[in-house]
Amino acid sequence: MHPAFSVILFTTLSGAGYGLLFWLGLVLLSGGAGLPPRMQLAGLVAGAVLVIAGLLASVAHLGRPERAWRAFSQWRTSWLSREGVAAVFSLAVMAALGAALCTGAGGGTMRVLAILLCLSSLLTVYCTARIYSCLRPVPAWHNRWVLPGYLLLAVASGGVWLWGLLAFGASATLQGLFDLLLPWLVVAAVAVKFAYWRHIDTRAAGITPASLLGLAAGSRVSPFEAPHTEDNFLLKEMGFALARKHGRPLRRLAVLLMALVLPLLMAAQLLPPFRLPAAVMAVLAVMSGVLVERWLFFAQARHVVLGYYDAQPT
Amino acid sequence: MTTLPPPGTKKLGLVIDLDTCVGCHACAVACKQWNDVGAYGPLNDQDPYGAAPDGAWLNRVHSYDVGTPDGDSLTLHFPRSCLHCENAACVTVCPTGASYKRAEDGIVLVDPDTCIGCKLCAWACPYGAREIDPLDRTMKKCTLCVDRIHNPDLPEQDRQPACVQACPTRARHFGDLGDPDSPVSKLVAERGGRPLAPELGYAPTNRYLPPRKRRNRTGDTGAPARLDDHGFDPDRASPLLRWVDRLLSR
Repeated sequence: MHPAFSVILFTTLSGAGYGLLFWLGLVLLSGGAGLPPRMQLAGLVAGAVLVIAGLLASVAHLGRPERAWRAFSQWRTSWLSREGVAAVFSLAVMAALGAALCTGAGGGTMRVLAILLCLSSLLTVYCTARIYSCLRPVPAWHNRWVLPGYLLLAVASGGVWLWGLLAFGASATLQGLFDLLLPWLVVAAVAVKFAYWRHIDTRAAGITPASLLGLAAGSRVSPFEAPHTEDNFLLKEMGFALARKHGRPLRRLAVLLMALVLPLLMAAQLLPPFRLPAAVMAVLAVMSGVLVERWLFFAQARHVVLGYYDAQPT
Repeated sequence: MTTLPPPGTKKLGLVIDLDTCVGCHACAVACKQWNDVGAYGPLNDQDPYGAAPDGAWLNRVHSYDVGTPDGDSLTLHFPRSCLHCENAACVTVCPTGASYKRAEDGIVLVDPDTCIGCKLCAWACPYGAREIDPLDRTMKKCTLCVDRIHNPDLPEQDRQPACVQACPTRARHFGDLGDPDSPVSKLVAERGGRPLAPELGYAPTNRYLPPRKRRNRTGDTGAPARLDDHGFDPDRASPLLRWVDRLLSR
């Protein structure tokens, strides 16, 4: 599949934003202990900016962005529509929470809003993952590793963002908690990606050209003449082959960038003055790691329709 | 509404005979011509006369070398267009309701006024039936010439898809595949018409008639399997010819 930069940016930014908001919601749910109110607001604004930047990038992917509002109507069947509804709901929760933080609302209201923030964040990422995992013609997306991959990468990259924010001012207890939690999140995210890559490398969907052409099983098919002289929409949109050539080094790069968080975490704990630069570097590393991973997620996915063009099984 | 209608009794679709298709692309050209000016047109091209033209077509004709398990070798021409699936994922994934399947005849259509060009329906189609219009930036697909087949302004014989009318070898047939007694259903039953990639679960309406067994050997064509040996048989020849044969054989 063609790795459209708008969609890669969207899933990476909004994933990290929702991950950050999920952790912020958990911190607020525990009474916001250890995080000063101005940092709570800063976390909310950072999460909202990431999410909104991602959503704007996704609108850029549309052929007719001016009609984007119509996408909220088909939530009964369409995961894309459900994602839009969930995203708008989460934005409303963020706005309400922002107002509550500014006015210093009571504990009960804060707890309800914090729960809603956690749930709507996870729900939106869940819907994003389902947009891809429901597509049967792309076997690299239609498998059980896609959903945990999206959720864990969102929660891990968002966790790194919150950890970065904590460096600007938070209690030692809260910092210590995230110092302990973050390595496990990163390791879990990388492990799920390894499982995903292993799955797509070893399991073919078994859709043969003979089946695509309605011929008897076992027919040998090779292309004789192309249906058109230039690349058409299908070949431009589905026929992306560059990453299949450079897949392995790029996978190593994605893992390396994400794993870079671990030594930075350690450095921050051993050298407290180094905490702030380490946090900034960790955020940059994890975001570029997820960007590479997301690029591969698209570029390495083969669409069944290509079987009509190269007569290879998918 | 992107909720699929309950399976109807009427399932309009195409039956394409891969045995008689000669790959002339007349169906694809006729389709492009009609749909550029029909109710769902225009069907735009970008830079149509330039170095790298790019345009939406609703029908593409592939050609393959095929070796069958029976040992036949053949050139197969394969027109590929929307199959108007029963279980059309292109419809259910649409976030706006622009993609829909008609309950009354099963035709899958796109409303050009509400499509946002998100391309998700094209991703959801394993058959490559949908192409984006490079100028209008909305999704285009085969309409089964819905503006012809039900059009009272056209003479009766013209109320069929443009591709079917254009086919010079009558390889394309249009009709109701939901009616077991329709000519197309009978043709499918008689020739063993097949759906494409049924294992994906889309339940396509269109059927493809597989190529017939090739008639490779002279015996398969009705001619004698082996030509008679017209050599000289001295036992059966006349005495005069036997004498001439002996004379010339010296």
